[in-house]
This record gives sequence, C-alpha cells and structure tokens, in this order.
Amino acid sequence: MTKVENNKAWWLVMPVFLIVAFSAIIPLMTVVNYSVQDIFDPYTRYFVGTEWFKQVMLDERLHDALIRQFIFSFTILLIEIPLGIMVALMMPTKGKGASLALILVAIPLLIPWNVVGTIWQIFGRADIGLFGAMMAKLGINYNYASEPMHAWLTVVLMDVWHWTPLVALLCYSGLRAIPEVYYQAARIDKASRWAVFRYIQLPKLTNVLIIGVLLRFMDSFMIYTEPFVLTGGGPGTSTTFLSQSLVQQAIGQFDLGPAAAFSLVYFLIILLVCWVFYTTIMHMQKDK
Amino acid sequence: MSLTLSNVSRVVDGETWIDDVNLSLEPGSFNVLLGRTLSGKTTLMRLMAGLDRPTSGKIMMNNVDVTGVPVRERNISMVYQQFINYPNMTVYENIASPLRLAKMSAQEIDRRVRETAEMLRIDPYLDRLPLQLSGGQQQRTAMARALVKDSQIILFDEPLVNLDYKLREELRQELRALFKARNCIAVYATTEPNEALALAGNTAVLHEGKLLQFGETAEVYHRPKDIITAEMFSEPPINVVPGRVSDTEVTFDDSVHFQLNSDLRPLEPGNYRFGVRASHIGLVPHSDDDLELPVRVDLAEISGSETFLHVHNPHFDLVLHLSGVHEYHVDQQIKVYFPTHKLYAFNEAGRLVHAPAGLGGR
Repeated sequence: MTKVENNKAWWLVMPVFLIVAFSAIIPLMTVVNYSVQDIFDPYTRYFVGTEWFKQVMLDERLHDALIRQFIFSFTILLIEIPLGIMVALMMPTKGKGASLALILVAIPLLIPWNVVGTIWQIFGRADIGLFGAMMAKLGINYNYASEPMHAWLTVVLMDVWHWTPLVALLCYSGLRAIPEVYYQAARIDKASRWAVFRYIQLPKLTNVLIIGVLLRFMDSFMIYTEPFVLTGGGPGTSTTFLSQSLVQQAIGQFDLGPAAAFSLVYFLIILLVCWVFYTTIMHMQKDK
Repeated sequence: MSLTLSNVSRVVDGETWIDDVNLSLEPGSFNVLLGRTLSGKTTLMRLMAGLDRPTSGKIMMNNVDVTGVPVRERNISMVYQQFINYPNMTVYENIASPLRLAKMSAQEIDRRVRETAEMLRIDPYLDRLPLQLSGGQQQRTAMARALVKDSQIILFDEPLVNLDYKLREELRQELRALFKARNCIAVYATTEPNEALALAGNTAVLHEGKLLQFGETAEVYHRPKDIITAEMFSEPPINVVPGRVSDTEVTFDDSVHFQLNSDLRPLEPGNYRFGVRASHIGLVPHSDDDLELPVRVDLAEISGSETFLHVHNPHFDLVLHLSGVHEYHVDQQIKVYFPTHKLYAFNEAGRLVHAPAGLGGR
C-alpha cells in the first residue's frame, strides 16, 4: 500500500494551532523573551541570560510572599474541604428546601471578586461593619487595618466564605450520585452514621474532592483581587501574596525583566504543586 | 422462623402500591415473587425487611408482631439488582463487615468469611477490591455478605438481572443449592417466569400491587387461578381465545368448532375464554383430536435455539413456541394443530374453571 499524501488535512488542524498559538504559546514566549533581556526602550535592549532568574530566586521579599502564600493556601484548604463536605451532607435533598439551599449556598460564588473584597472591607470595620462592631462589643480590639493577625484572619474568613460553597456544591453533586440502595444496604447491615460516611460517602466523593482540592489550591495560590481590595497587602506586607508582589514589581516599579522571570517561576510552582498533589492522590487510590 | 403478612397495604401519595396482601412464608422455604416491573415486588420486600412501614395491616415473625420494628432491629439480609459492596474495602472486609458490626470474635469472623467465600467460589479474590472483579464476582461478593450472617430472612431483589445469560444460570443453580441446607426464609423477586420455574419452591404472583396467587411453583404454573396469573406465569404469554360451549361442541367462531371431548364435557354451556400454552400448539398433529387451523404468519421471532411464531386467522392471534430455528416469511399460509385436550377454560370473570388433566410437560 502506498501512502497517500493528503495535505488538505492540515487545513483542518490549522484553527486549533492558531487558537493555541495566540492564546498560550505567543503570550508565554513574550514573557520568556522579557525574562532574559534588560529592556530600556523598544530599541535598546540587552540579553542578560539568567540574571533576572537569579535575582528573583534570591529576593527575600519574594521568599516571604511565597511562604505566606503556602500558609494561606493550606490553611484555607484545611478549612474549606471539611467544611464543604459538612455543608453538603447537611443540605436537604428533596422538595423546596433543596432548591432553596442550593441557591443560598451558591450566592457567594455569584458575587464579583472585587465586590467580595469591598463587602468584607465594610463588614470588618469596627465603626460601621457588622462583624467589626460585633467583635468590638465582645471586647476584642479588632482592627484588620493595623493588626497583621486580624488582617490574616479576615482574609482567610473571606476566602472561606467565598469559596466553601464551591466545595459544598461539588460534594453535593457527588452525594446525589450515590444510589439510594447503598444507604438501604447500610441500614440493613446496621451500619452507624459514621460508617456510612466513611465507607460509602467518602469513597464515592474521592473524585469530586480531587477536583475540589486542585481547583481551590490553584485559585487560592493565585489570589489577588480580594486581599488587594480588603487590605492592599498590609498592614506592612503581612497579607502580600505572590500575585500582589508580582503586580507591584511589574506595574508599580515597571521592572519587566524580573517580573517576567518571576511569572515563569510562579507558573512552574503552581504546575509542580498540582502535579505533586495529583500523583500523590492517584497513588493513594491505587494502593488501596 | 415464619413470616406472616396479614392484610398488608402500602399507600404512597394516594397511590396504592401494595393492596391488601396476605402471605405466609414457612421457615426454610424458598419463595419467588413473580411480577412485572412496577407490580410491587420491591415494595413488598421493603415491607418484609422493615425498611418501610405498611400503611395498614400486620407483619408477624414467629407469631410476634414486628410491624413497627425498624430494619436495624431485625435480622435480615438483602441482595440487590445493582452490585452493592463497600467500594474501598477488600472482598474479605466486605464479607466480614456484617459480622464486625455484630461484634463477633476475630477467629469466628475469619472462619465464616472463608467458608462463605469458598461456598460462592470467590475465595481466590479475597484481597481484591470489588471494582477489580467481574460483575458476576461482584454479585457473588454481595451474596456472600448477605449469607455470612445468620439472617432470618434473605431477600433477593432481581439479583441476576445485570448478569449475562450463562452466569445467570450458573448462579441460579448454586443459589438454590445453598438454600437447601438453611433454615431461613428466602424471598426472590423476578420478572421472568422461567426463572421462577427453575428455582422451584413456592411462587407468589404479584400484579398491580395485588397478590394473585401463592403456592408451590408447579401448582401455580399448572393451575393458575385466573387469566392474569396464567399470562404472567408463561413466556411467551399463554394464548387466550374466546369461545362458546354448547351441548355438543365448542365454537371459536363460525368456522372453527370441534366436538366436546371428555375433558371439557363438565363445562356448562355458555361463553368462555380458552387458554392454550404457546408450546402446546404444534406444526404437526400430536393426537387425533388436535384441531387443524389454517393461519397466516405475522412474525417468526428466533430466540436462541427456539422460535416464537406469531400467527393469526381472521378471528384471533396465536403465538407458537417451537423448539429449533424455523424461518417463515410474512403472510405465509401454514397449518397449525390446536390441542383440544390441553385447554384451560376461564369463565367470563377470568377465573379458572377447567385445567387440563395430567400435569407435567410445559
């Protein structure tokens, strides 16, 4: 059999190539281009090799932001995942209550991110905010604008409020997919409520939880808008996360070279952590 | 351990799912619930299990009223149409789970698990997860979980539906053998008449929530109390032909009539509906008094090595159940032989008034 050359096929693949090129490859390569050059103006630029990378990797401010970022992401994962499962388990499954609960739970997800920041900024103020005033009534000198711990608490609380519903909705759909006979069989076996959760519901939720953990990790690792609106990264740099540092560097100081190098490192960190998460979870499943 | 249901009904949202059922199951018996989809088989089983409460009526176990006793305080097992096992426990742990909840000693648990697994021939797979097994093995695991504890009642809700034909036959035979030695009540729901016949024991025929007939499987098959039972308990459904009995002959229509034979002589003159099993009509006469009928072919339905031949004459339709593969084309004219001494006669209310003598043979 002779091979038939059919060049028409290339035309069919073309659109995908073009879309991927314009949406991913070209922007990414521009960043790569910036990261290895020192640019003064469009006609004056010097190739600097890995210098920006070295500078970024040794930057103390970025180290601090990275550590802060990890602490933040793990904190909210530790709270949001169990809380989301709990909310999903408590949501009614039938009747009017079910749709009402779904709407109520979904509301935080529908609010634009900078509005979320604004809401919490007002909510947390001691003079006019409900939360802030309540804390003041309880005798706690709560002030997220000046106390780093309070700022942290508020940012975490805000993220939990904003994103736990996502985990809850994912789990809720996972729970609905479990056939009724499983619960029936468990009742016949005289299994306890905990056993039903541990041996039926949790195993059946594993897949949605993997998605939930990955989504929440990536999103929280890239968090920008809400803390920007709420605390502006302060007090000091106590709530300055990675993306805020990046924006300060790229737009505030217009250091395009280091900012580009930083972007690439940032991207690789997210990729790496997600890959580690994913393979660990997959391995855990295989071992069982 | 006996189980008695008296006047049990269940009404859900104004719809009657189970209508005044009276049923008494003996210890050590194997009972088949036969009925179409939505006939109330599963609902009845849920009532027996104590998963639901009857709207009215009483359920007695060993003459003790257990109507309001929830399933957790009863000792029953159930096997479902779906293969229900704990997904992240090994086969061993799955089978052991009811025993662990009963707080049995580790030694006793191990002995029982291995014994039951061996009985169901899944002992080589004890360390696997259910999803690493074939469908048949998964259902064997579910059955082992049901059999491992000494339940008073074991309920099977169409357990073999999702398995292929070969496996179904194999498991059905094993299941029957497993229960020979036990003293519990087995209840087995199915939609297939042939499955009920293969399992023997007793059969209860359910239709639209009503219990039509309960008795020994062979007895119910050979002497169905009414037309619906007869239709439900035969595959393909029994042929029903309206006819008239006069002093001397039986007339199906003006052209088809035959002399009253000794079998049918006791029938009073009047209108009847005659039932004849699809397998009793033949392409060649079996005896001298078979009635020759010219018919036209509608469809020859070949199933395995059997043929269901649908035919009609100007007045009624018939289905023949023939062994072997037969090919016919539509509208072909053939002659079939109607066995006049193998007729069931039902009165106008649909009640059985005559069944052919000499049971035996399908």
